[in-house]
Amino acid sequence: MGDLREGAALYLRITAARIRAQLQYRASFALETVGMFFVTFLDFVVILIIFANVPALAGWSRAEVALLYAISALCFAFTDLVVGQLDWLSEWVRNGTFDGMLVRPRGTLFQVISSDFQIRRVGKIVQGLLVLVYALVVLDIQWTPARALMLAAAIPVGTVIFISIWVLTISIVFWTVDGREAANAFTYGGSFLAQFPINLYDRWLRRFLGYVVPIAFVAYFPSLYILDKPDPLGLPSILQFAAPVVAVVTAIAAGLVWRVAVRHYQSAGG
Amino acid sequence: MLASLRADLAMARRGYARYAAYPGAALAGIFTNTVFGFMRAFILLALYQQRANIGGYDASAAVTYVWVGQALLMTVFMWGWLDIAVRIRTGDIATDLVRPIHPLRAALGFDLGRAAYHIVFRGIPPFVVGMAFFPVRLPSEIAVWIAFLVSLVLAVVVSFFFRVLYNVVGFWTTDVRGTMMLGGIIANLFSGFLIPVSFFPDWLAAIARATPFPSIVQTPIDIFVGTVSGPAIVGALVTQIAWAIALGLAARWTFDLGVRRLVVQGG
Repeated sequence: MGDLREGAALYLRITAARIRAQLQYRASFALETVGMFFVTFLDFVVILIIFANVPALAGWSRAEVALLYAISALCFAFTDLVVGQLDWLSEWVRNGTFDGMLVRPRGTLFQVISSDFQIRRVGKIVQGLLVLVYALVVLDIQWTPARALMLAAAIPVGTVIFISIWVLTISIVFWTVDGREAANAFTYGGSFLAQFPINLYDRWLRRFLGYVVPIAFVAYFPSLYILDKPDPLGLPSILQFAAPVVAVVTAIAAGLVWRVAVRHYQSAGG
Repeated sequence: MLASLRADLAMARRGYARYAAYPGAALAGIFTNTVFGFMRAFILLALYQQRANIGGYDASAAVTYVWVGQALLMTVFMWGWLDIAVRIRTGDIATDLVRPIHPLRAALGFDLGRAAYHIVFRGIPPFVVGMAFFPVRLPSEIAVWIAFLVSLVLAVVVSFFFRVLYNVVGFWTTDVRGTMMLGGIIANLFSGFLIPVSFFPDWLAAIARATPFPSIVQTPIDIFVGTVSGPAIVGALVTQIAWAIALGLAARWTFDLGVRRLVVQGG
């Protein structure tokens, strides 16, 4: 436990230093943050264009899909903020700089995660928040403490699920660096999948990406509960509360796979 | 003339070879590309539960649009291409300037070779998977296939000059990424890659059609799907040629302007 607290303190110190450094270049920071905002906003524009053509999508209204989108986008934005640098892992494995992480007195995953922090990615969070506000204003939600709690919990829980999926799938680069792009199907692909009602996907794609890779638990099940919407798939309502358990299981699986994967690391010859 | 054509061909072969060197990466890319194709196809099909025709597309045309689009994604490579910007930053561009062929011409040859690799090895495999699972339709007339191929080459050329434009920004500032990001956002939407331009509200479609971006993705897809057919194909190809020339001139002009203020350090 002491280790954990010390690790968190160390992470905060390193991250604070990085943020201070990045804020030195104010114009660059402002431009890139705005850029990040619009990159993700584009996904929502596509949803708006879809609803300019049809009043509902697989039984979900525009505002309901906006809620799905906002939860998915927020979880993914926080994920990207914390572990976005995993995109560089294949480079460190390819050129052998991962060596350095093995000799330091900290876990490798901790070092990878604390190796970078791009404050401009906050632009994505702002975008997600704005769509969330839009959805909550337009939707007529019968608020109860339980529903508010579900919404408040959905963001950290979904973030843990996305982070775990990212760690799990990017581990492939310890076996083959060329496999890097396959992880994108689950990370970026997962956040894309979660932006839409999963009942519109065909059964086997839904089973695989929704339940085996547990993306349905990020936005779909929590949203059903918040909206008090009958599940178009008719699944047991207990699943709407299962996300925290799923997140813990996925996180443990990710930790285990990472350990095994690191043992497969072979430094670059030279 | 013949000698420089031979040089173009040599560049194209190099472009092809550079990407062909990583078959494992191509396999991983095909996987991801295919997964996204499935998601996009199901999303569009959900629209057709309520309407039979949207912007000239029926359900079969819509899934064909998705899978041709997935095939074009790497082929036209609109986003994330910094070959020239990197050479400007490192100073390697000076070496290119010494050569007897204009750097943009050499880079275009290289890029056409790259595109040939990507359409065959990154484009066709996901498309074949898509065909197996969705009612994808193929053009029945040979003339349409030929028009599609011509349109595809023109799409790569227009895309190439667009990419050059965000790369040459590197002559003036070291931060090309911001420009690329902005260009990428506009290109992704207006090219019709994310969702067909004919699905846009009229005012947005009008803006998109006034830009070169539909020439990069929407035009070849429309020819393939058949929403542009008969004499209209000629008009579509002429529009692509016009954009290729306009962007080509703009790229050449800004590149040469940048070269005049280029300073390469060290020696």
